Amino acid sequence: MEAFGLLLHGFAVLLTWKTLLLMMVGLVLGIFVGVLPGLGGPNGVAILLPLTFTMDPTSAIVMLSCIYWGALFGGAITSILFNIPGEAWSVATTFDGYPMAQQGRAAEALTAAFTSSFIGSLVAVLLITFLAPMISSFALKFGPPEFFAVYLLTFCSFVGLGREARHKTVISMSLGLLLAGVGMDTVSGQLRMTFGSADLLRGINFLVAVIGLFGISEILLTMEERLALRGHAAGISLRVVRSVWKDLPKYWVTLLRSSFIGCWLGITPGGAIAASFMGYNLAKRFAKDPESFGKGRIEGVFAPETAAHASGTSALLPMLALGIPGSGTAAILLGGLMVWGLNPGPLLFVEHKDFVWGLIASMYLGNVVGLVLVLTTVPIFASILRVPFAAVAPMIVVSCAIGAYAIQNAMFDIWLMLGFGVVGYVFKKISIPLAPFTLALVLGSRAEDAFRLSMIGSGGDLKVFWSNGLVGTITTLAIVLLFWPVIDRAVGGIVRRVRPAA
Amino acid sequence: MSNTDHEIVVDDPTAPDDSSPALASKLAVDIVVSLLLLALAITLGWDNWRTGASWDATGPQPGYFPFYLSIILGAASLYGLGAAFASRREAAETFVTRAQLRRVMAVFVPTFLFCLATQYLGLYVASFLLIAGFMRVIGRIAFWKSLLTAFVFTAAMFVTFDIAFDVIMPKGPLEAVFGR
Repeated sequence: MEAFGLLLHGFAVLLTWKTLLLMMVGLVLGIFVGVLPGLGGPNGVAILLPLTFTMDPTSAIVMLSCIYWGALFGGAITSILFNIPGEAWSVATTFDGYPMAQQGRAAEALTAAFTSSFIGSLVAVLLITFLAPMISSFALKFGPPEFFAVYLLTFCSFVGLGREARHKTVISMSLGLLLAGVGMDTVSGQLRMTFGSADLLRGINFLVAVIGLFGISEILLTMEERLALRGHAAGISLRVVRSVWKDLPKYWVTLLRSSFIGCWLGITPGGAIAASFMGYNLAKRFAKDPESFGKGRIEGVFAPETAAHASGTSALLPMLALGIPGSGTAAILLGGLMVWGLNPGPLLFVEHKDFVWGLIASMYLGNVVGLVLVLTTVPIFASILRVPFAAVAPMIVVSCAIGAYAIQNAMFDIWLMLGFGVVGYVFKKISIPLAPFTLALVLGSRAEDAFRLSMIGSGGDLKVFWSNGLVGTITTLAIVLLFWPVIDRAVGGIVRRVRPAA
Repeated sequence: MSNTDHEIVVDDPTAPDDSSPALASKLAVDIVVSLLLLALAITLGWDNWRTGASWDATGPQPGYFPFYLSIILGAASLYGLGAAFASRREAAETFVTRAQLRRVMAVFVPTFLFCLATQYLGLYVASFLLIAGFMRVIGRIAFWKSLLTAFVFTAAMFVTFDIAFDVIMPKGPLEAVFGR
């Protein structure tokens, strides 16, 4: 087992006091961010990214990914105790988690949530450990046409499989790709879309946009709502943990099913939100007494949490192996890689073994440490909600500004961040999805380079995207996915006509 | 089940009133955004056309890729315009109510002023002013608490970024007095 040996090496990289300390700091910050209203995984990672600029890449990614794990754990706390889903993917957790808290079983629900998050992540990390090296070594054979086809597949699957109106996904994506092209053209050195502005010469930085879109706009959105809350504070005793864990084997089918759903949806850009709902609904459908769901059933906490975390974790698989993020947060981590001077893609596994295996090892360790941490510190974090939002909001604004400025030391970026904050606020309210924008902005220049290199190689012949079996299959699949809703309807129509009775 | 159970209650006295009149419908905003995106698509498309959006001896010119993206963006916004007019549902949905907008502005305006202050006074002074001012004026938190929180947070940021991590932030006259 080559992967196993490399993983052990990863643990060796990780087990220094400094890294472990950073891990704890990351987890605490992450839980903090997850508990705070209006902040979640992507925002937290984006805002705290500048802290890592002066670190070496391994420490930086360990800390950032721990912020991410922490935020995932933190989201469950508010869903169960206050019926406030910190994240869209925690919505399904509130269905049974909050009733449990109302019945005085908050500790049990929290233990169930944390444990199942841990199990979901663990399954996904196991998948990453063994699958990612294989995929990346396969992808080493890719040339520019193959890469462009894979990028195309990612973009098309967003349009075809997304739940938002298709034209809104297309708007969000093409806008992201366009803004990625602003500034100096990397191939010819010519300036594009700068309109004579010296500030636009640097281009529109991905992280600045993300901080505005997710940080500033989220504060504006949060302020719109009633911020009053009422809930339970609960400490978790060892006795509760033991009793929940003792019952765990009874739910192995639910856990396994949800892990599988999560991993699958995490790798394809369906995301954690879909995964958590699907995990919940399937658990309900296969249950002997579906009507007891929603009234405080522990399985109703296990199912969505496992799926959400499996999906959130496995979204990192395509990022590591191919350089294509499977979620918004993964896209931000990818942006981080570039800031630290690493080139995402399959070569990462060859050129930066320490980094990759350090990261994978940190996923194991981060989840174990995170589990212990949340189980012991829930009361402290729940009381964070007592801090008035009027004190938290300006601090978040300041952190956002620090983050935006630190990336390129440019005052212009602070203004850009504010602009993106307004754009994000408006887009979210008229349901233009932000994830395709983020993805397009981070992949834009690489997708364009891949396209141009393949075109130069083939002398401008588009047939290069069908020049061999591999690239042809990916390109065709991309086009099928793009028109999936149309195809789905057409096939459905034919089936109905053939079998009118059915 | 556990004896440690106690309630956490947080009130929000300035919460937006649910009966507040709507200022804009989603339909109106959708149309305005579509028009703005269309204008952006035309501007960027024109700029890329000027840069060169065809093929030459070395392959596609620099403007080629973004030019066609502008066309896709323009087409999608046009479709969005049509879809917005065709949909009756969106017209009934509220984009923002008066009370909500007031609250959003209560964050946006201070944030804007903070950015302005950062440009002239430096980030640390601006952040002290923002936090203290926001807590006091918007949050109606006691004066000394606001000042103390603002000072502690700003000082912590200064120590973390300027001293420990060596990440340089914009600075103004105050830092100059202390020679940093």
